Amino acid sequence: MSQQAANGVPHRGKVLTLDSMNPNVKRVEYAVRGPIVQRAVQIEKELKEGVKKPFTEVIKANIGDAHAMGQKPITFLRQVLALCSYPELLEDNKFPEDAKQRAQRILDACGGHSIGAYSASQGIECIRQDVARYIEKRDGGIPSNPDNIYLSTGASDAIVTMLKLLVRGEGRDRTGVMISIPQYPLYSAAVADLGAVQVSYYLDEDKCWSLDVTEVRRALNEARQHCNPRVLCIINPGNPTGQVQSRQCIEDVIKFAKEEHLFLMADEVYQDNVYAEGCKFHSFKKVLFEMGPEYSSTLEMASFHSTSKCYMGECGFRGGYMEVINMDPEVKAQLTKLVSVRLCPPVPGQALLDLVVNPPLPDEPSYTTFMKERSAVLAALAEKARLTEQIFNTVPGITCNPVQGAMYTFPRITLPQKAIDKAKEEGTVPDMLYCMRLLEEEGICLVPGSGFGQREGTFHFRMTILPPTEKLKVVLEKISHFHQRFTKEFS
Amino acid sequence: MTSMQQVNPRVLGIREPSKLQSLAACVTQEIRQGANKPFKKVIDVSSCDPHRAGMDPVSFVRQVLAVCLYPELLEDKSLPLDVRQRAQTLLGACEGRSVGSYSTTSCGLPLVQKSVAEFITSRDVGVKSRLEDIILCGGSQKAVSMVLHLMASREGRTQTGVLTPAPCPHTLPALLEMCGVKQVLYHLMEDQGWAVDLNEMQRALKAARGHCEPRAIYISNPGNPTGHVQDRETMEELIRFVAAEGLVLLAEEVYQDSVFGHDKEFLSYKKVLFDMGKELSETVELVSFHSLSSPCIGECGLRGGYMEIINMEPEVTKHLKRMLGPYTPPVLPQLALQLMVNPPTPGELSYQTYLQEILHIKTTLSQNAQRAHEFLNALPGMTCQPAMAGVFLFPCLHLPTEMIEEAKMLGVKADVLYCQRLLEEEGVCLGAGCENGQEDQNYHIRLCVLAPPDTLDQVLARLRSFHLRLLSRFP
Repeated sequence: MSQQAANGVPHRGKVLTLDSMNPNVKRVEYAVRGPIVQRAVQIEKELKEGVKKPFTEVIKANIGDAHAMGQKPITFLRQVLALCSYPELLEDNKFPEDAKQRAQRILDACGGHSIGAYSASQGIECIRQDVARYIEKRDGGIPSNPDNIYLSTGASDAIVTMLKLLVRGEGRDRTGVMISIPQYPLYSAAVADLGAVQVSYYLDEDKCWSLDVTEVRRALNEARQHCNPRVLCIINPGNPTGQVQSRQCIEDVIKFAKEEHLFLMADEVYQDNVYAEGCKFHSFKKVLFEMGPEYSSTLEMASFHSTSKCYMGECGFRGGYMEVINMDPEVKAQLTKLVSVRLCPPVPGQALLDLVVNPPLPDEPSYTTFMKERSAVLAALAEKARLTEQIFNTVPGITCNPVQGAMYTFPRITLPQKAIDKAKEEGTVPDMLYCMRLLEEEGICLVPGSGFGQREGTFHFRMTILPPTEKLKVVLEKISHFHQRFTKEFS
Repeated sequence: MTSMQQVNPRVLGIREPSKLQSLAACVTQEIRQGANKPFKKVIDVSSCDPHRAGMDPVSFVRQVLAVCLYPELLEDKSLPLDVRQRAQTLLGACEGRSVGSYSTTSCGLPLVQKSVAEFITSRDVGVKSRLEDIILCGGSQKAVSMVLHLMASREGRTQTGVLTPAPCPHTLPALLEMCGVKQVLYHLMEDQGWAVDLNEMQRALKAARGHCEPRAIYISNPGNPTGHVQDRETMEELIRFVAAEGLVLLAEEVYQDSVFGHDKEFLSYKKVLFDMGKELSETVELVSFHSLSSPCIGECGLRGGYMEIINMEPEVTKHLKRMLGPYTPPVLPQLALQLMVNPPTPGELSYQTYLQEILHIKTTLSQNAQRAHEFLNALPGMTCQPAMAGVFLFPCLHLPTEMIEEAKMLGVKADVLYCQRLLEEEGVCLGAGCENGQEDQNYHIRLCVLAPPDTLDQVLARLRSFHLRLLSRFP
């Protein structure tokens, strides 16, 4: 017994303190839900309490949440999920036959015919088979093995799991993880949380945010002096940049990864969100296999997809999967063991994923409506992407690359030196100062570029293109006027 | 290609999951493919998975969720009005009125946090619970891993240690290994219905201090897999111990709704703590966990739960919430949680059905637990403590020496061998006691008794058949 305990004196001070806690956790930041969002939520509260502001609502263009911005869910998906939830509805004629069949098939694959039963930790087997078939179809027949498919709680869960598997070593041997600048800050957060080394490679803003292998090589060589770079993360289509990589670029990355013995992690959650003329989504797996066995039988890769984006926008379900290629069977067994610790991914998310990879076929009753809804969503996004680029580029001081894909724009803003100085004075960074002012004056919530990474001396913000078109036009106008006001104020 | 040498050593160090469930799945597959077995179907009662075992979900929960998923059903008059009204309320709490949106914050939907806080306040008779202290998660396994990860610090002699009961939930040991914290076992007293022995706890703590930094204690109450319900006196002693020794109290309370033992009552650690006065209630760091895997609701596959954080250093809590940033919990299970803590009340349309369904589950559980306990205790070579709560029985096996020797030769634990043979010969899958962290020579098996009575009877009959046959082989 401790002396204090012997004296009957309660232990003074907290057990869990900033000193005793996991030091890695202290380094985690996630700008998408960071301080600016907290302020936005506070302002919403104030508005509700009747506080007078120059605006009546806060527009949360900070997070890639389509439904929150008014996008409607796809009817077919929700019908099947409702049937899975309450199977008595299978007797109801208001539901089409194909929805009922899908629901029945999913329920048959669940323990006790209930979505409330645990599933196998790698995911329900017939759903993994459906995912494999979907990948094969998408990739022109290149085989996909269901055993290589791991269902997950959103793509984020799978990404972190993969990193957890691969991060090891001390000091100069510590695993380095290559991530793009700018990047989706899940990656930097996960790297910090795992105590891995972040190895940044810059995307080329002047070339539409394309990836240049020479730059990646530069970053790799420099990193080799202080860590052991082992993983290369690519987001395609990109977040926050929206760039859709060319086939050539993807081939170059694959060659590079093979030469340098890097594990390639291809985040492809926006694969249906491609808008720009001349741009096409090429899956890393397809390109890899089309490059022949020299690459396809050696390069180690994991591809990630989810139910959160594309035309579904079902972020709240946390559905997703990864496909792993060319993993050593023993190492793969370790991966399988690792995912078993957290039991299983949410079954509704697995069910939803099954529908996404198994949508209505042309001869099925729900097909017409499904395709109509899907096309409408994607067409609206394409229009908004175009509109955003067009309007922002008319504003002096804002330069906007084409939004080739995904759901965001990441324009570069020129800030007057006085604003930069003011930010320093206030102990913040210039694009945060800018975004905070925008929030306070116009009720528009964006995320400062510093949250995603950018070249020193440059400033950006990330805005989603998700608000309904009419509202988006208003938002774009307000930001344009704000920018000019801000520039004038600080000249 | 990545080799084993390049894999995270912490991952390498996680123990292998039990082979029994995958073996059960294999056997099921073989039967499906036409293989001839002495049984028609495999029955897996090694985990708490009531729906898999054949129990029905609660209608109100499933109806409301269906309407939330497909809001056109709000107009469907065949669904009770209170179902549709509740769905309306829940949809209003979702961003964009859709269950497909992200949660408002990484801690979950505010309406659900509020409902949980109100539930706790009401349950704990006036000890107020605050919305800000509630974090919603994708299940208690996830929640516990978050807190362990927050606490995990350093390696070797300064590695964070967590006092863990033996036996503990079978999903816990691997979780501790994954989070990089050291498991420090304290043995529960089997002959006292698996009660806590404070002396044993102190022994474990003292021994641990040489080779790790114990910072927390994990308590499962009502006990998983023991079915033990702690009394107030024990809980007060534990709280004083925790306060004196400087430990964070992790209270897993997922079976709080399924107490059936005579004269037994669930008390939350929070309630007991607050009844002990300010000096303790304002200092002891406590995290309580609850989830949808609660036996009455049984929605394990939805993956939903919450933790309530008491007296944590505010700066640390801030880091915890920030760490959760990219991982908002799924929305549908949060809504199910709201329904769990805020069910239909007397007078409401769905109340009668709801009440009947819950009573049916509770009665089935309590009767099954009693019947199974008597049955198993009557078997030679088996002693079984009665369960007072929860879903498991955890009988002790008195195995013939020859079998223990055989197991040693085969390189498996004797209780695992027992379960393997049982599965192969009778098609019943139970859990082996070693999965629950038991390290001693006392072998145990674990079975979930929350199943339709016929199913349980089959399990018991097949188990007896196997067990008697086994004993007759070694007279």
